[in-house]
Amino acid sequence: MFLGKKMLVAVCTSSLLFSSHPILDHALPRLSDYGFFQEPMKNQIPIDGILPYTIASPLFSDYAEKLRFIHVPDQVAISHTADHTFNFPAGTFLIKTFYYPSDFRKPDGARRLIETRLLKKTETEWLAMPYVWNAEQTEAVLALAGDRTDVSWIHGNGKAMNVLYSIPNMNQCKSCHVYNNIQQPIGPKVRNLNMDFVYDDGTMNQLEKWVSSGILDPLPDINTLPRTVNYSDNFDGTLDNRARAWLDINCAHCHRRGGPAETSGLYLDLEENDPTALGVNKPPVAAGRGAGDRMYTIVPGHPEESIMDFRIRSTDPGIMMPELSRKLVHTEGVELIQAWIRNMPKGE
Amino acid sequence: MNRLRPLLIFQFFTALCFAEFEKDFQLKLILAEPGDTIKLESGLFPILGTLSMEGKEDIVIRGAGMNGTVLSFAGQVEGAQGLSITNCTNITLEDFTVQNAKGDAIKCQYVDGITFRRVKAQWLGGPKPTNGAYGLYPVQCENVLIEHCVAIAASDAGLYVGQSKDIIVRFSEAFDNVAGIEIENSTRADVYGNNVHGNTGGILVFDLPDLVVKEGKQVRIFDNIIKDNNIDNFAPEGNIVGKVPSGTGIMVMATEQVEVFDNTIINNKTAGTAVVSYYITEEETKDSQYNPYTSAIHIHNNIYRRAPQIPTLDHDIGLLLFVRFFREVPDIIYDGMPDPKYVGDNGLIPDSRRLCIADNNEAGYLNLDISKNFESWYSPFMADFNTDDNECNCTQEPLPEVILNIDR
Repeated sequence: MFLGKKMLVAVCTSSLLFSSHPILDHALPRLSDYGFFQEPMKNQIPIDGILPYTIASPLFSDYAEKLRFIHVPDQVAISHTADHTFNFPAGTFLIKTFYYPSDFRKPDGARRLIETRLLKKTETEWLAMPYVWNAEQTEAVLALAGDRTDVSWIHGNGKAMNVLYSIPNMNQCKSCHVYNNIQQPIGPKVRNLNMDFVYDDGTMNQLEKWVSSGILDPLPDINTLPRTVNYSDNFDGTLDNRARAWLDINCAHCHRRGGPAETSGLYLDLEENDPTALGVNKPPVAAGRGAGDRMYTIVPGHPEESIMDFRIRSTDPGIMMPELSRKLVHTEGVELIQAWIRNMPKGE
Repeated sequence: MNRLRPLLIFQFFTALCFAEFEKDFQLKLILAEPGDTIKLESGLFPILGTLSMEGKEDIVIRGAGMNGTVLSFAGQVEGAQGLSITNCTNITLEDFTVQNAKGDAIKCQYVDGITFRRVKAQWLGGPKPTNGAYGLYPVQCENVLIEHCVAIAASDAGLYVGQSKDIIVRFSEAFDNVAGIEIENSTRADVYGNNVHGNTGGILVFDLPDLVVKEGKQVRIFDNIIKDNNIDNFAPEGNIVGKVPSGTGIMVMATEQVEVFDNTIINNKTAGTAVVSYYITEEETKDSQYNPYTSAIHIHNNIYRRAPQIPTLDHDIGLLLFVRFFREVPDIIYDGMPDPKYVGDNGLIPDSRRLCIADNNEAGYLNLDISKNFESWYSPFMADFNTDDNECNCTQEPLPEVILNIDR
């Protein structure tokens, strides 16, 4: 209670309760206040007008599973540009619920919902709002400052796993979702959505479904549009395609031109073609001990000499990459990147 | 709009119950409004994750004194930085310490108007390669003021300003770091009145390749005490700062328009002041926009003193100096790599673009002339080096004073 007293002083001297931060105009206190889901909310069955979706290659977040939904207001639709990015109308919600099955070998069995993140498009900007589920799984409550919670589960290999799971605060949301200083969605792009999804009324390409539902302006033939491969599917695309898809979703939200990690000169988005910018024989800039006594981000043929391998395998907060979103190592992702580096032509 | 108030109040009181200083501080950082001062009580506060402020204007974060309010990240479980400030305008940080961050202590990016005043960044237990990289770390910022600050035991640079414009670093102290103070790829910086001692290298002015902001210029280093920067280089390997020889007072690398004057540069065992091109690192670069040379470097009216002692033997240049000079190593060392674009048809470089050295109480000089003398491993040991600073006998116009656009 010693610290408690200090806190009381801090609260009383704070102007916080009189804040008029724009988030207070938009964020509702509880997830149920939005009415996105049928009751009981924990089943995550959306009401009419909200579509579930998925993306080809997801961000690794400590093996959490994700349920994604989109709501676009009536009478308006998402437009798209020649370079295959979307313009979402004001009032759009992107809804993402993170959960863990109790036993990953029974994906439809018992599960624990951890958090639901909302991205809301206002007239002027995207706002990020994290909601944390209660133990009873009846409600999720706004947590602007984020939270941490212990999670345990049985992994796909039968092993018991646990992690101190982090629910990001509003600023951490932005630290990944920022591009040219403006908060943006990351996953929903033409190339990430261009794949089939099993809807209640049958399987359909997601882009075609969005167009037929009236939430997306008509598109050219989907076969002419780009498509990100699924990095977990060894039969989807080449090794290079899969590794680049993994780097794109796990790293490129920061490591791209205009992203927060552009100071590093390391750009890992799918659109990047310069080998040095991709890390090949590139010395680090400000990696500190993150370099792990290795000289270059990627040494072709030698993952064991490459800084990239060192950082994605680390769980030390001062070394690990990405900085947020994980406490565990994404073993499958590390193996993919190691194979990619090992198979790169040497002496480039 | 007021629906949230009861919830916020509720969250406060749950925070009280759990004594969550961290959560409360973070919530204040999120909800702060222009003109707010966020006050921190005196005490040692354990923090588990990066604290962040984003997109704010006119905010002061004020502790109860540099040694009064200590944010300890010893148990940090997430985020690389201690405090992260991004995309803000006119921010002041005052009177607190950030201790034992896993990565950088305080990183500020895209901030116009950032003042650090009486802020300490420290890793306990002295120099260790496992310490975080940078102490105070503004990058891609404008109008940067660092004053009366302290940086201790960073495994890269204690006070580091990178890819920024209009900078003053003054009246601060840096020790036990690899680099005490570093100005990198930055334009218009005044570094003065600092006490920089017991680092591997005292003050570094570098331009590095493959960065977004390509070049720096117009850096003045004056009235500093730069002493005994002789500790072993403990930077993790793979970092460019790991190339700095132990015993470096000032190092100017691959940059232009640097004026070094009125400093007291004492007992830096390997190089009181080194003026070198990027070639000295023996790193390759494919950055076509990068200029690896130095030009317009003016070193004048400094006091150099150096007790006879051997230079570092952990570095090729140190070894060479040891073989050639034993304990009497020259104070100012130039690699002899002028920017070829300033060399005229007559083979001469105009004074305004040269290395000029004047009135440094008879400081010793050495031109390594690396393009001629470093063709094979043994050649520098055989070569005849020029140690006559007459070749640098020139002066240049003083660089202008840096004026910051900061109102507090």
